[in-house]
Amino acid sequence: METSNPPAGSGDVPRSAVTGARSEVILRVNGTTYTLAVDHRSTLLDVLRERLDLIGAKKGCDHGQCGACTVLVDGWRANSCLLLAVAQDGRHVTTVEGLSDGQRLHPLQEAFVERDALQCGYCTPGQICSALGVLREAADGHPSHVTPYDADPGGTVDLTADEIRERMSGNLCRCGAYPRIVEAVADAGDRIRDGRPGDTGAGS
Amino acid sequence: MPPAPHPLSAPLLRREGREKVTGAARYAAEHTPPGCAYAWPVPAIVARGRITAVDTADALALPGVLAVLTHENAPRLAALEDPTLAVLQNDRVPHRGWYVALAVADSLETARAAAEAVRVAYDTAGYDVRLTAGHPGLYTPEEVNGGYPAVRERGDFDAAFAAAPVTVDATYTVPPLHNHPMEPHASTARWYDGHLTVHDTSQGSTRVRDDLAALFTLGKDEVTVVSEHVGGGFGCKGTPRPQVVLAAMAARFTGRPVKLVLPRRQMAAVVGHRAPTLQRVRLGAGTDGLITALAHEVATHTSTITEFTEQAAVPARIMYRSPHSRTTHRVVPLDIPTPSWMRAPGEAPGMYALESAVDELAVALGRDPVELRIRNEPETEPDSGRSFSSRHLTACLQAGAERFGWLPRDPRPALRREGDLLLGTGVAASTYPVYLAPATAEAHAAADGSYRIRINATDIGTGARTVLAQVAAAALGAPEDRVRIEIGDSDLPPAVLAGGSMGTGSWGWAVHKAATALVARLRAHQGPLPAQGIGTTADTGQETAAPSPYSRHAFGAQFAEVQVDTVTGEVRVRRLLGVFAAGRILNSRTARSQFIGGMTMGLGMALTEGSGLDPAFGDFTECDLASYHVPASADVPAVEAHWLDEDDPHLNPMGSKGIGEIGIVGTAAAVANAVWHATGVRLRDLPLTPDKVLPRLPVRPH
Repeated sequence: METSNPPAGSGDVPRSAVTGARSEVILRVNGTTYTLAVDHRSTLLDVLRERLDLIGAKKGCDHGQCGACTVLVDGWRANSCLLLAVAQDGRHVTTVEGLSDGQRLHPLQEAFVERDALQCGYCTPGQICSALGVLREAADGHPSHVTPYDADPGGTVDLTADEIRERMSGNLCRCGAYPRIVEAVADAGDRIRDGRPGDTGAGS
Repeated sequence: MPPAPHPLSAPLLRREGREKVTGAARYAAEHTPPGCAYAWPVPAIVARGRITAVDTADALALPGVLAVLTHENAPRLAALEDPTLAVLQNDRVPHRGWYVALAVADSLETARAAAEAVRVAYDTAGYDVRLTAGHPGLYTPEEVNGGYPAVRERGDFDAAFAAAPVTVDATYTVPPLHNHPMEPHASTARWYDGHLTVHDTSQGSTRVRDDLAALFTLGKDEVTVVSEHVGGGFGCKGTPRPQVVLAAMAARFTGRPVKLVLPRRQMAAVVGHRAPTLQRVRLGAGTDGLITALAHEVATHTSTITEFTEQAAVPARIMYRSPHSRTTHRVVPLDIPTPSWMRAPGEAPGMYALESAVDELAVALGRDPVELRIRNEPETEPDSGRSFSSRHLTACLQAGAERFGWLPRDPRPALRREGDLLLGTGVAASTYPVYLAPATAEAHAAADGSYRIRINATDIGTGARTVLAQVAAAALGAPEDRVRIEIGDSDLPPAVLAGGSMGTGSWGWAVHKAATALVARLRAHQGPLPAQGIGTTADTGQETAAPSPYSRHAFGAQFAEVQVDTVTGEVRVRRLLGVFAAGRILNSRTARSQFIGGMTMGLGMALTEGSGLDPAFGDFTECDLASYHVPASADVPAVEAHWLDEDDPHLNPMGSKGIGEIGIVGTAAAVANAVWHATGVRLRDLPLTPDKVLPRLPVRPH
């Protein structure tokens, strides 16, 4: 029997999709402005990693399934593997490289080290960026699946362990550091709320 | 003078923690040499056959494409023992997903587009991807993974089983499982002046270096493989995988550095998987609860290109007293991807079946499952008669029961309700062997009072850097922060991979030996150190070659509490608690993380993880992280790991057993046994997903 790989890249696929047409975009990453001609096919993740050498955002699945590529876009967490770079013109992007203040770690980074909330470390930058988003979302009163139905609408959500687990479930960790990650996020939330050094840095 | 610091067992922070939380740690694909090109593989879309034609014209016509490698133009490789590395060498397709071409381009996007534009025609043949208990192709291999004999018999199992007043005869199945480390397999390769340098994600770059040298007919000194940071492995990076060969080939072919990251969806077909197992366990016991007959018979699959037999019946040879015993393995070669190591190969699936059967026996006998296990503790290893170097399973069971609050426990099932939920508890034992392998290490004392240890150990997330610094510091009598550790580079003194839970024991022994020798040299040295310092080298070839007269294993006990939703059939774990006896624990902080990580993977094995081979297409249906469900944070509630202080002088100078794998062993049985206790339903096919649970529940509301 004869079978062949389908002739992908032909047929209905527009020619520009396979020839690498480029457009110029302005990306503001960790406070630095970059003007880049990006391939229309490039994801934000690949531009960060391959063009800007910001390797903190990781490629775990490239399909929005694992969360390793999580960054903040205009302050909101997003899977950078699902965003086309060409569509991010003018946006503010925060990656894990943008969190520490010089040599001083962000409270989340400190807490992850102290709690040993990581092993191989590959999901860690995504976990930390995601946690940053969680802290802000909870502070802004965004409910989650486990938020009590009678919680004050718009009021700050108390980040219980259940809340953290629920809100962090888009970030897979195969080493199984979840219990320590939950503790680290709670620690950092406490430190930030108590006004200890560092801030959430989420707003860019 | 104050006493010398003794940093063993201290909960030191992992050394590379800061690099990992700031994004500074570079993994294999995060090196981009000038002129770096990108590769994207083309997998076969047929389950068996031969390539009849490859049309690369459209791919090569794309702007920026540098090459398309196929079996017609790829560099020839020397034959190696591992046929999965013989990529692009001939027209044969042994399974779906086998690589048939590799596109190389100056950008990732173009490489991907080019790979999709490659047209491959095949002459296909019939194929078989289904493992069944009665498969006519099943045969008994000579040995199984780990080098164990496939079959062991003691006494007269059949007669003893027939005579036993209480028996269990049950078959348990574990589906194919995928390792899925968060970092996909990746390599960045470059040739410079005849020297091949590769950043590879590997659990052991010495072996990768050796295999690349053999494949490309180079001297070992002409290849360097660096695995500085590795994003998990769990066995599937234990030996070289095709991506490192493809990257090196493409770099040689194009004359450019080449980076290759395997797409997640392709990994299942080319990086190995845990083979499925069909396991029949038969236990016979007297009414006194003593096991008199034990049989564990395993059927599993392998590929047509290499024989790998998951050694699931091996733990039954050491676990319980069993005067009459039979443990067997049979394997059938199918037209499937080659299985390989996944965390605790053999023990993880085997102990699921054995520990489920022991629970069934406890129910049949009307005995507490903790008490039944303690009652059947053997004096010596049942299989060999050798003494155990240390065995504290009883203590683990007792300490775990105490901490968990096992008693009082009504053994009757399906009694505890919370609204729509049924609750239950379960227990299972864990075990993992102590392996040791030779390693070489250098220890160096600098004139400024600092020390340096060099050894090609690999830190795949275990905390190897940190614990080796502790071992060195203890031997040197020096503060740990005065010791620099260099690992993760094949130019360093050679050492075994991070696998088989033997890294710390094997590397640590060499580090200890080198550091101890250095201390002796420093004592003998008169006056200030020379400017270049003083160094020693040690290898443990001799020490590790001597067979131990002891049976050496770590043991543990795991307890689970589950809730089963009678409306949806969903099982959720409420609590997991493990107590382990694994020699001396060298860093309590990183060790706890490893135990809990293993238990979490075991939770996945119990409830969410399962793959299958599609009989229509011959590929793994659950090939990505959307369909293959590794546990997420919300699946993992309270998980606690504890350990006993175990003093075992028959291991290595640190007195340590491995801890990387035992955490996954027994978890699935503890969870499944808890599901029985919650519901009264004995489910014997993992994972325990709602589609299997719901139809079997005795009480269907409304």
